[in-house]
Amino acid sequence: MSDNVEKYIKRKVHKGMSTKISQKFIDAGLEKIRACINCGTCTGSCPSGRRTAYRTRSAIRKALTGDESVLEDIDIWMCSTCYYCYERCPRDIPVTDMIIKLRNIAVEEGFILDSHFTLASDIFYATGHGVPANDPEAHKQWRALRESYGLPPLPPTVHSYPEAVKECQTLMNEVGFRALLDNAAKLKAKRKAEAEKIAKEKTEEEKK
Amino acid sequence: MSEYKWRYAFFLGCVIPNRYPMIERSIRDVFEELGAEILDMPGASCCPAPGVFRAFHIPTWLVIAARNISIAEELGVSPLTGCNGCYGTLRDAWYDLEHNPEEKKHVNELLAKVGRQYKGNFEPKHVVQALYLDMGLDYLKDHIKHKFDDLKVGVHYGCHIVKPSDKRPWHGEYENPQFLDEIVEITGAKSIDYKDKYMCCGAGGAVRTAVKEVAADFTREKLVNMRDAGVDIIINCCPFCHLQLDLGQVEVNNFYKDIIGEPFKIPVIYITQLLGVAMGMDPNRLGLIKNHDLKGVSPFIPIDRFLDIVKEQII
Repeated sequence: MSDNVEKYIKRKVHKGMSTKISQKFIDAGLEKIRACINCGTCTGSCPSGRRTAYRTRSAIRKALTGDESVLEDIDIWMCSTCYYCYERCPRDIPVTDMIIKLRNIAVEEGFILDSHFTLASDIFYATGHGVPANDPEAHKQWRALRESYGLPPLPPTVHSYPEAVKECQTLMNEVGFRALLDNAAKLKAKRKAEAEKIAKEKTEEEKK
Repeated sequence: MSEYKWRYAFFLGCVIPNRYPMIERSIRDVFEELGAEILDMPGASCCPAPGVFRAFHIPTWLVIAARNISIAEELGVSPLTGCNGCYGTLRDAWYDLEHNPEEKKHVNELLAKVGRQYKGNFEPKHVVQALYLDMGLDYLKDHIKHKFDDLKVGVHYGCHIVKPSDKRPWHGEYENPQFLDEIVEITGAKSIDYKDKYMCCGAGGAVRTAVKEVAADFTREKLVNMRDAGVDIIINCCPFCHLQLDLGQVEVNNFYKDIIGEPFKIPVIYITQLLGVAMGMDPNRLGLIKNHDLKGVSPFIPIDRFLDIVKEQII
């Protein structure tokens, strides 16, 4: 092999793996992303890609080359985690797990949809359930439905053990979930304010 | 009372107890009838959902999953879930922790703060796994009282019961599994092949919460393929797929009314509801006959059509 070729390969690999996103993949033990040959089997197997703009191959490529636009794009939230890409990848890359990790990085950077934030913060963190039944008014019919099947109005889960909700919250605080959500909310608010400022300046400019 | 042959800790999750309690009823009753003791898991939480909360923060997902598994460990049995999402979480977390001693140590440091410990000595199981692998088809067959020879079923597996296949008990099979079809067919019903049978319902991975129309478009495709194949009912083994195929069917009829032709009205039934009625249990109790006048509750697609087809066999 000529020196030039060797240099070329080294340079590409080094460049490709020195980005913030790819470094986070490596730190999380997902260095297998390097094995991606961009073949598109993932995209070809993707039921979401058949109806949305989400392209698995493209998301993985952007993650590998450090194109951070992938983080703010809603596309990565269109993956239904069906795991076909993971199963069929000819390079044995755990593709779905990569997408999940990519979403983790997006949330860290404050890119989380309002509906997902509400679900995480106001529902899961607050009640311990992702789909609760304990709201005095809004969930009345669900408790009644339980009773019509001879079940207690609330299940023997966190719903029946308030101390268990606290226990989950302690764990979520300790592991950094609360701080992550609070920081995401701050980053989101900051971006929103900046966007509004720019829009306002633009309108004023147009008035002149 | 006779001795139980099996014991499980019933991990309820969220959608089963809080939106489809007839599924909870049917699992409890069918397992009792089959000689399996179902223990409650006091204070269990959301699994947490593998495509949603894991996608927000993997460490949170892992520690809460480990806490849930530890509750079953205290009872000295495997956690049993009727939900593919919960199965995905409990099983993946268990697999990941058993293959990563450092991670396990870290999770236990966190759990120690609330006085808990994760050991990993009990394999998380799915209801269908318990039926098929622990009990077996021959054992189940002995409990069948009614045969539904005229019933054509569209079987929907969902994703996380088979995938990721390296963390599942089906010997790597994910393209064409048959275990759920085989359980369905011991009731005499015929499992009808339909296009893209193993495709996702569309709800998972936080997609339903993000954009309902996208989730419903997956569902539309599945429903079109099932209708083309002539299925009478849908049988599934996951309450989130169940919700997406039931409530989502109403959404499909609404969002996509211009392209689907006739609105869909295919009854959606959970595997233990079907098994229970075939085992001679009361269809009222299994949630197959509406026995209340509550408004705005599940099921959203009427299931009368199912009973019309099988009524002669169960009278």
